[in-house]
Amino acid sequence: MDVASEHSTDHDAHHGPAKGFTRWVYTTNHKDIGTMYLWLAFAMFLIGGSMAMVIRAELFQPGLQLVQPGFFNQMTTMHGLIMVFGAVMPAFVGLANWLIPMMIGAPDMALPRMNNLSFWILPFAFGLLLLTLFMDGGGPNFGWTFYAPLSTQYAPPSVTFFIFSIHLMGLSSIMGAINVIATIINMRAPGMTLMKMPLFVWTWLITAFLLLAAMPVLAGVVTMMLMDINFGTSYFSAAGGGDPVLFQHLFWFFGHPEVYIMILPAFGIISHIVPAFSRKRLFGYSSMVYATASIAILSFMVWAHHMFTVGLPLAGELFFMYATMMIAVPTGVKVFNWISTMFRGSLTLETPMLFAIAFIVLFTIGGFSGLMLAISPADFQYQDTYFVVAHFHYVLVPGAIFSIIAAAYFWLPKWCGRMYDEKLGKIHFWWSFVGLNLTFFPMHFVGLAGMPRRIPDYALQFADFNMISSIGAFIFGTAQLFFLYIVVKCILTGEKAPACPWEGAEGLEWTLPSPAPYHSFTVPPKFED
Amino acid sequence: MVELNLTKGYWLFIALYLVVPQVSADLKYNMPVGVTEVSHAVHSLHMTIFWICVAIAVIVFGVMFWSIFHHRKSRGAKAAQFHENTLVEIIWTLIPLVILVAMAVPATATLIKMYDTSDADVDIQITGYQWKWHYKYVNDDIEFFSTLSTPADQIKNEAPKDTNYLLEVDQPLVLPVGKKVRFLVTSNDVIHSWWVPDLAVKRDAIPGFINEAWTKIERSGTYRGQCAELCGKDHGFMPIVVEAKSEQEYSAWVANKQAEKEAAKQAAAASATKEWSHDELMAEGEKVYARICAACHQPTGMGIPSVFPALKGSPVATGNVQEHINIVLHGRPGTAMQAFAQQLSTTELAAVITYERNAWDNNTGDTVLPQAIQAVLDKQ
Ligand code: HEC
Ligand SMILES: [Cu+2]
Ligand SMILES: [Cu+2]
Repeated sequence: MDVASEHSTDHDAHHGPAKGFTRWVYTTNHKDIGTMYLWLAFAMFLIGGSMAMVIRAELFQPGLQLVQPGFFNQMTTMHGLIMVFGAVMPAFVGLANWLIPMMIGAPDMALPRMNNLSFWILPFAFGLLLLTLFMDGGGPNFGWTFYAPLSTQYAPPSVTFFIFSIHLMGLSSIMGAINVIATIINMRAPGMTLMKMPLFVWTWLITAFLLLAAMPVLAGVVTMMLMDINFGTSYFSAAGGGDPVLFQHLFWFFGHPEVYIMILPAFGIISHIVPAFSRKRLFGYSSMVYATASIAILSFMVWAHHMFTVGLPLAGELFFMYATMMIAVPTGVKVFNWISTMFRGSLTLETPMLFAIAFIVLFTIGGFSGLMLAISPADFQYQDTYFVVAHFHYVLVPGAIFSIIAAAYFWLPKWCGRMYDEKLGKIHFWWSFVGLNLTFFPMHFVGLAGMPRRIPDYALQFADFNMISSIGAFIFGTAQLFFLYIVVKCILTGEKAPACPWEGAEGLEWTLPSPAPYHSFTVPPKFED
Repeated sequence: MVELNLTKGYWLFIALYLVVPQVSADLKYNMPVGVTEVSHAVHSLHMTIFWICVAIAVIVFGVMFWSIFHHRKSRGAKAAQFHENTLVEIIWTLIPLVILVAMAVPATATLIKMYDTSDADVDIQITGYQWKWHYKYVNDDIEFFSTLSTPADQIKNEAPKDTNYLLEVDQPLVLPVGKKVRFLVTSNDVIHSWWVPDLAVKRDAIPGFINEAWTKIERSGTYRGQCAELCGKDHGFMPIVVEAKSEQEYSAWVANKQAEKEAAKQAAAASATKEWSHDELMAEGEKVYARICAACHQPTGMGIPSVFPALKGSPVATGNVQEHINIVLHGRPGTAMQAFAQQLSTTELAAVITYERNAWDNNTGDTVLPQAIQAVLDKQ
């Protein structure tokens, strides 16, 4: 707190941002860095999205039409990696950068130089990852879960570059997490106790601890791969006394918390938008905090539900089934709270609210299929089918991604001082909503009927629904180009926005003028509950 | 009008959820009921949890859409002030908990049954290979590979696709009806997963480890499945076909298979001593190559750079014959190049090696005879 405010009063506060290219390279400003994170995430979203288009185009009809199986596998792998590490995670870090200092009444993030570094690592990490596609033998082709030994002994030579880029992303995430924790712990406005923090801040604080605990495990597991591939160890090779299943335990010990890293901040966002457009305080604030914390703790005890078919002992299978089912309880509490917030409110349905309502409905559908997947005997039928693909796309697309889009519409006026076009926003919503459900809903059915995931060609009985999915995907994909248009139009020619454009919105960020000044709060604001 | 659309969309949704699983028994858009006691149990777990979810969805979304409709500012709704109620929070923590416990009980019972692999009548060892399955009848001394039989021109859209496109194999796994069959599942290279939905059996095939599973099929018939774990390039092309036969038919099949094996042994012995001409070996070798090796090394012999080496002009295929024989017989451990000594007969091995040494302008002029292969095998 001291350091930061001194720093800002000393010099920065007296001048605006530097001009031109160096502004972005050298910047330590949370808004500039947040903006760069968001644009990077959007670019990655489009790149990962085009890979999804390749996948859906190939799957439009049975038979091999556009790409060879080897390249198809590279597309599914890269699509997953880019969307998880390149689109969703950086978008949330971008939102954290923009919003946390404004929400807690701080001038900037606690560790601004590290903030710069953790952003600037990413373009290199993803550049490297994308370059592997052009290397001999092609890019990673072993799925975003990169199970050994397919990703070690049997991998293309570019795997070492893949490992390096994962290391870079991990480094960036860890630094981002440390920064978020330091900012929230030290720089809150006087009077803002922990149990008075806005929920986005709370969920991000918990997410940051998840990142700190999970990312080192990922770094560890890729390092073990590196050793197996290049230095003759046998962590994951049975022939050398190792165990391929060990890889999966380590990967999912990271991977399941990762799932919550991608959804907890979304819970936070929805907990801001729903009360704002219901003109009513969030129902059950403290139970929301406790539910988030219990989800976070449980998320470290359920990893093997991704491994029900690897041959766990019966006791293990039962433990992970029960633990996983337990997660439904706090998740349910959240959904009930949001609905009680809407209940007897005074609702209007602007674009952010439409996305938030769709989030609640569709994320819950993803939660239901998650509950089904938790039932281990039934999971023997679901595991590695399109049912799983449907499940995690329901929690990630209308879950994580809708929440990010909702946040963009909700806070854009604060970020750029201009309003987006409400009519276009609504069109974007319905366009996305239709495309998304056409894409992912039929996947439940083909999965149940027996279509495995990650295959470039399929049996004839899956043809109709695959065609529907592909059409849906093209609809959803183009809708996001429309989103780009809406955002650019808003930044360039949108109507001027007042400090608080939403009647029901509360929080310190709305007390700042729009657009928010370069250094958010140079004097700590008075915080009243 | 937006809100009205939203409500409609929601009902469409529920309607889909309600109607489609019903019709789907025929349409194959739901989980199959299957043909074993376990698969029935799994199916009923699936439907139970599904209907529980539907019920919760109707109630929860019902309340939500009701308030979206009625508590709208445009309808003059004034926001209430309440924002906390501990009792309500406790209730909606406890009710789901009770539902979950109720669900866990039958799930646990089914799982315990699935894990009971004791007292099997027939043992089958299943080994995953890139990209085929190997079946070994442990008690009957029968073993064979089972490979996709859909012709390449169907996959390339050059011929009409038949009904069982991508779900057909050259040699199905034949199992007896009404007997407890135990599967011992493992892999030769990467992780695969052996899955037949109608049996509700899915087990990962992991190199260096053996997983157990079992089934007891109630009805004779043909049941099809696929590999369920990404295992490389042709993961989508290694189906599983199980043919369940009555006990008599099964015994007859076993006897027949054993006789076939005897005959094949004699034929192999005869062909191994036969005087093969260069051209005969080339013709035979081309067939074997297309069937087994082309998946990786490509029909053109060009391989895939950095993944599967080209055999055209390769130092091995144009160099020392003995080394070429060794690598084909024993593979290169820890790479996708498998050992073919057990998979192919001496004649097939001789033929494919001869073919590789002369096709695609390799033109070494070498002829490798089955006797040469036999000599190498005898030395071990
Ligand atoms: C599953 C994929 C796969 C199949 C099927 C396969 N190979 Fe290979 N083969 C490989 C790989 C990978 C290598 C390279 C091994 C290494 O790294 O040394 C290889 C290497 C070879 C080599 C040595 C080439 C060189 O220049 O080093 C020969 C010869 C060969 N294979 C012959 C065959 C024959 C004959 C068949 C069919 C009976 C066959 N392969 C089937 C994957 C395969
Ligand atoms: Cu998980
Ligand atoms: Cu496979």
